Parts: sequence; structure tokens; C-alpha cells
Amino acid sequence: MTWVLILALAAGTIALKVVGPLLAGGAAPPPALTRVIALLTPALLTGLVITSTFASSHDLVIDARVAGVGLGLALLLLRTPLLVALVAAAATAAAIRMLI
Amino acid sequence: MSSTKTQAVRASATLSLPTAALGVTFGVLAAPILGALAAIVMSAVVWSGGAQFGALTVLTGGGGVGLAAGTGLLANARFVPMGIGFAPSVSGSPVRRALAAILVVDASFALAHRGEGRFDPEVVVWSAPLQYLGWVLGTIAGALGASTLASPTSLGLDVLFPVFYLGLLVPELRAAGRPLAVAVAAAVVALALVPITPEGVPVLAAAATALLGLKGQP
Repeated sequence: MTWVLILALAAGTIALKVVGPLLAGGAAPPPALTRVIALLTPALLTGLVITSTFASSHDLVIDARVAGVGLGLALLLLRTPLLVALVAAAATAAAIRMLI
Repeated sequence: MSSTKTQAVRASATLSLPTAALGVTFGVLAAPILGALAAIVMSAVVWSGGAQFGALTVLTGGGGVGLAAGTGLLANARFVPMGIGFAPSVSGSPVRRALAAILVVDASFALAHRGEGRFDPEVVVWSAPLQYLGWVLGTIAGALGASTLASPTSLGLDVLFPVFYLGLLVPELRAAGRPLAVAVAAAVVALALVPITPEGVPVLAAAATALLGLKGQP
């Protein structure tokens, strides 16, 4: 089943990448659809950030992840390079886990 | 052309470092669930952190393969608008545009943006090899070292995943329209659903808040 998953993800990702260039080419979709498409990325990314920061199976928890991710967010809002934000966030979470 | 090429290779070299770090994280986290070989093959043929972490999160939570594939591909749904935005910048036939679009990843998409929705396809093509190598080599290191490395959580590697997504999200929030309002709605929906729905559903429901865009501009 693992290999089915890998095939599905590989084929699906390529399909998602080429569907726009093959079908739309240079033409623009209707405005309402464009707005939904543009908002899909922030909506989805927010869902992934929230669940990977606060969810532990079916529980909402506040642990070392929240401190690391919070610092990462603050640094990114200050336009710190992504690499620096990643390292600072991981170091913060690791330090808190070591102390507690 | 050659200066574009040099710049693209240099810029993507910097960005391949976080890509490789994320690859290590994926390898370490995925090897116990999928097996080391499958984790490496997945990175080599899928080449997408968003899809792979999305699917892995579902599997780790006990979800099935179907839900894992659906979540992973929904995590990559952004490639549809990205492809539509990128395509007009590539000259030539639809097939040529599609081939260039396959090389688009988040890092090269950002590097290639020339403002006003125009993109430099040369940058995408020339930054692709280092991005690919960073991701695959990182995964190999993580997957093979999974049993000997310290646990990923003790190193704080688990927070790389949300912070990487925040790195993509923060520039989105600065865009026109109302991405911030949608992000707040998505956060509330995801938090509310985590305790009561199967793994994967909170993220799908959060993504659906994009439908707020149907209401027209404020």
C-alpha cells in the first residue's frame, strides 16, 4: 500500500503542476474562481501549521512546539531569512525539551 | 542568459540548505513508518515536501492510504494556481510550458518571480537540480541515519515542518485581497475540528475556507 501511495502522490503532483499550463495556457479563469484559487494557499498552509503545532493525535496541546513555531513566526514577520528562522525554531524547541 | 543561470544556481544553493534540512527531517520521521527505501523513493519521485509531510502526518496519526494521498495532494493544490500563473511566462508550445511547470517547486517559484505576476522560466530550470539534490540527499541521510541519530523531537526537528509552511504563508498574508481573514477562519476551523474528526479532516476543512473568495471583494 505504501507503493500505491507513492505512485498516487507522484502522478497526482505532476498532474497538478501541468493542468494549468496545458489547459489554461495564457487565458485567465473567471474572477470568482481566481479569488478562491488565490486564497486556497493561505487557507491550506494555515491548516497545516495549526495541526502540526497544536495537535497531538486528537488532543490540542501546548508544548515546546508552540514556543519554537512562535519564535519562527516572529522572525519571519521581521523578514528574517527562512534558514535562520528554521534553525532558531528547532533550537528553541530542543532547548525547552532538554530543560523540562 | 549565462548570468541568469549563474544567479539562479547561486540563489538556489542557499535555498537548498533548508531544503536538505527538511529532507533529513522527512527521512528521519518517515523511515519508521514507511521503511527507509520507500521514504527515499518517495522523495525521488514525488519531490514535494508539502505532499509528503501531509501524507506522513495522516499515516502517523493512524489514517489510511486514501486519506493520506488525498491530504498530500490537497497540500499540493497550490500548484494549480501556481501553474496558471507561471504558464504565460514560458514561450513555446503547451507541452514545453507543462515540462517547465513540472520543475516548479516553492523555492524556485519564489526565486523566479519578477513581480507583477511575471516569472523567469530560466531561473526555475536552473535552480531545479540543486533543489532536487538537496531534497533527495537530505532524505537519504535522514532515512539511513534514522536509527542512529538522536530522536528528531529531541533536536526540535518536528518544528521545521510548521515553520517551513509559515515561511510560505507569511508572504501570502502580505498579498492583496483578504488572505489574513481567510487564514484566521482556517485556523479556527482547524482548531475546532482536531478533537472531533478523523486525521486529515481539519486540514481539508481549513482549506475549504478559501471558498470565502466566492463572496467578491470587500
